[in-house]
Amino acid sequence: MREKTVIAGIGHTAFGKLAGRSTLSLNVEAIRKALADAGVDKGEVDGLFVKCPTSKFEMMYAQKLAESLGIVPRIGGAWDQGGATNASMIGYAAMAIEAGQCEIAVIALADNPATGTRQAYDKAWGEDSIFGWFGTPAGYAMIARRHMGEYGTTSDQLGAIAVACRKHGALNPHAQLRKPLSLEQYRESRLIAAPLRRDDCCLVSDGAAAVVMMSAQRARQLNLKNAVPILGFGQGQTSWEVAQRVELTTTAAEKSAHTAFKMAGLTPKDIDVAQLYDCFTIAPLMTLEAYGFCPRGKGGQFVQGGRIEMGGELPINTSGGLLSETGMPGLQLVLEGVRQMRGQAVNQVKGARTCAISNQGGIMHTHSTLILGQA
Amino acid sequence: MDENSIESLAPERDAINTPYWDNLAQGRLTYQCCNACHKAWLPPRSECPGCLSDDWAWKDASGRAKLISWVVYHIAHHKAFENRLPYNVAVVELAEGPRLISNVVGIEDHEGLVIDQPLQLRIENEGGVALPRFVPA
Repeated sequence: MREKTVIAGIGHTAFGKLAGRSTLSLNVEAIRKALADAGVDKGEVDGLFVKCPTSKFEMMYAQKLAESLGIVPRIGGAWDQGGATNASMIGYAAMAIEAGQCEIAVIALADNPATGTRQAYDKAWGEDSIFGWFGTPAGYAMIARRHMGEYGTTSDQLGAIAVACRKHGALNPHAQLRKPLSLEQYRESRLIAAPLRRDDCCLVSDGAAAVVMMSAQRARQLNLKNAVPILGFGQGQTSWEVAQRVELTTTAAEKSAHTAFKMAGLTPKDIDVAQLYDCFTIAPLMTLEAYGFCPRGKGGQFVQGGRIEMGGELPINTSGGLLSETGMPGLQLVLEGVRQMRGQAVNQVKGARTCAISNQGGIMHTHSTLILGQA
Repeated sequence: MDENSIESLAPERDAINTPYWDNLAQGRLTYQCCNACHKAWLPPRSECPGCLSDDWAWKDASGRAKLISWVVYHIAHHKAFENRLPYNVAVVELAEGPRLISNVVGIEDHEGLVIDQPLQLRIENEGGVALPRFVPA
């Protein structure tokens, strides 16, 4: 599947508080921009893959979106793997294009938890709530604490990830939070669910993003200059709840990356820039280990000393990630990967030829990997 | 019921978990064990997650356990916990294998715990429910 399909267009809305906008409206705006970027007419879209909005689940959401777009795709639907969904849908779209099930696919995500409904967050707490067990941050904190205990990972090392993402986001005019963070400020940040602090946690954002995909052959026929080839993709599902997960400090991200690197014919050493899902700082730290950028347990040491910042050995989250650009679950990382491979990023890694992207959902329940090549 | 009360968080009973909570009310922490493959598990479920058999039995836990990990809440997600901050929630592994969400009690310093430290069961009443909690062993 290496280089069989491309991302031909990208689009997104503003990020932050977008009061009064439905997720359908946000999706349509992002898709309109992505189609324009690709130079594709909406009538040519015959595959529509959309993530269930996190803020509110709706039956037949993809069909509602198709109606809003005024299109009648051959295949499509709404997917739910939490934050892993977007990268996974890109993989499914690649397979669908290669299998002749569609020719032009749109992959999209919209959410409005900041100003719209928070229905999905209002659900009754689980059976363990009587112990005081609430919320997503605590799930990641449980993993982070175990990682600290097993490997000596420190709060400052988690902080180094927040500092890097905030530094990159501060230079991105589209970022929701453009305020750099020093390690000293991080240390004073309020504890939410120890060991995690406020600045370990991603933003809450309204917004949408979309990409347009087609075969590499079609992109050549159309003479598209900015088509970014997909070199590899893969998935891994850890599935078990945090309490039942035999090993808290490793996930199926390893399998996901292995599948993607194998398809791409690359190793971590070949990757120039990475966009790693940073809902909480412990996530990219463990992803660096799972992907083989550093040995297991050494993620904390790896992220220190500017290695993951611009100019470092492996810059990550060059548009700010979930911690600074927008908290939307994942597709913004693919958009930034595309910009890097086009040489059009605000924080452009000079000469970058490969980009690894991770998406993950739940409390590391799901994982999906993409590897992109130069346009 | 007052939705801000701890009682409002009492687990919903169903056919599978009722024996678990009834046994706790009688001072016994029990877990499920598969008669076919001998896998042991919690929380209660209808089929063995190992071999998918529906032939299993409740067994008594020894009460010996260890601390897998823990978090310390500094903000409350529910009114009932506002006056308890900071409090901890832990993942605990029973000597027999099953893991559960719980609290470590009988300690002063929530940050002074250590992963894998031995724990001992202490059943406590909370909002009318007998809960399996743990103290350092």
